[in-house]
Amino acid sequence: MSEILVVEIWRGAEDGHFQSFDVPRLENQTVLDVVTYVQRKLDPGLSYRFSCRVGMCGSCAMTVNGTPRWTCRTHVSRVAEDGQLQIAPLRNLPVIKDLTVDMRNFFDKLAKAGGAFQSTKARTDNFAQIPPADPRRKQADAGIECIGCAVCYAACDVVTWKPTYLGPAALNRAWTLVNDARDGMGDKRLSLVAGDDGCIACHSQQGCQEHCPKNLSPTAAIAGLKRSVAVAALKGKL
Amino acid sequence: MAVGMKTRHRNHSTWWAFALHRISGVVLALYLPVHFQVLALAMDGEAVLDGALKWSDQPLVKLAEAGLIFLLAAHLTGGIRLLALEFLPWRNWQKSLVAASGGLSLAAGLLFLVNAF
Repeated sequence: MSEILVVEIWRGAEDGHFQSFDVPRLENQTVLDVVTYVQRKLDPGLSYRFSCRVGMCGSCAMTVNGTPRWTCRTHVSRVAEDGQLQIAPLRNLPVIKDLTVDMRNFFDKLAKAGGAFQSTKARTDNFAQIPPADPRRKQADAGIECIGCAVCYAACDVVTWKPTYLGPAALNRAWTLVNDARDGMGDKRLSLVAGDDGCIACHSQQGCQEHCPKNLSPTAAIAGLKRSVAVAALKGKL
Repeated sequence: MAVGMKTRHRNHSTWWAFALHRISGVVLALYLPVHFQVLALAMDGEAVLDGALKWSDQPLVKLAEAGLIFLLAAHLTGGIRLLALEFLPWRNWQKSLVAASGGLSLAAGLLFLVNAF
C-alpha cells in the first residue's frame, strides 16, 4: 500500500476539468473518506453530498474510476488503480458544481412512473394480511430496498441516449407497487409505464443491476412490467 | 488513467451481448441484399451463378462466411435470450445465458469453418 493516493476530482459544472490532489492513504479508507479529506484539509470549496455514511441514504453516489458507485461503502483498496482514483459526478444528470448533480429529473421520474403508493383503505381499517410467501409479495420484496442513489440511472445507456426515458429506479419502484396488493392504482400505473419513455424503451443491457449497490435487479422489474403491459394491452386495458 | 473512463460502466457481459446483437443485426441487414443479388445471378444463366459460387470458394471468402454464420447464430441465440428474458419468469442466471448464446454462436461459426476446407 503506497503512502499517498493521487486523486483526480472533477471541478466546476458541465464544462469543468479534473484537479489533482494528494491524499494520505489509510487502511479501511472509503472513497467518501477521501473526498471528505480533500474538502476538510485541502480545498474547502469542494462541493459534494453525503449524509448517513452507512449505505442507507443514497446521497453520496459518484463516478469512481469510470463506474457509478456509492462512495461511503466503496473501499479505496477495491477501486484504486496504481494508487490513483478519478472521482467525477454521476452521469446522466446535470452537474451543479464539482461532485453534486441536480437530481430533480431522477426524482420527478419516480413520480411520473406512478411511484406514489395509492391507498385503498382508511386508517381505521384493519391491516392488510399478506402472507410473506405470496408470489406477488415476493416480487415486490425483491425491489423495495432501493435507496434512490441514482447509480442505476447513471449506469443506464438508454437514459443517455433517450433523456426522457423513466429509468431503472422509477420503473423498479412502479413494479413493486404493481405487485402490492394494498395499492389501488391498478392498470393506470401500467399505462404510465407503457409509453415510449417507459419499460418498452429498455434494451436489457442490465447495467442497472450490474452496478446497483444494493444488488437489486431493476432489469427483472422492467421485464416484469413488459410482461404485465403486454398482457394488459392484449386485454385492451391500456 | 483517464483513457476509457467514459465507457467503463459498459464493461460487463450483458452490455457486450447487447452490442453484439446490435452490430450483428446491422451487418446481417447489410449482407442480405448481397445474398439476394448472388441468388438473382441464376436468372442470368447457369454459368454466371457457377462463376459466383466458384469465386466464393476462396479461403478468405470462406472465412468471411464463417464470420457471417457466427453473427447469424449470435443474433438468433441473442434474440431468443432476450425473448426469454422479457416473456418468461425472471431468472437470475442472465450472464450464464449470455455465455451459452455466445458459446453456441462460436461453435456454429467453427463448425462451418472446419467443414469449409
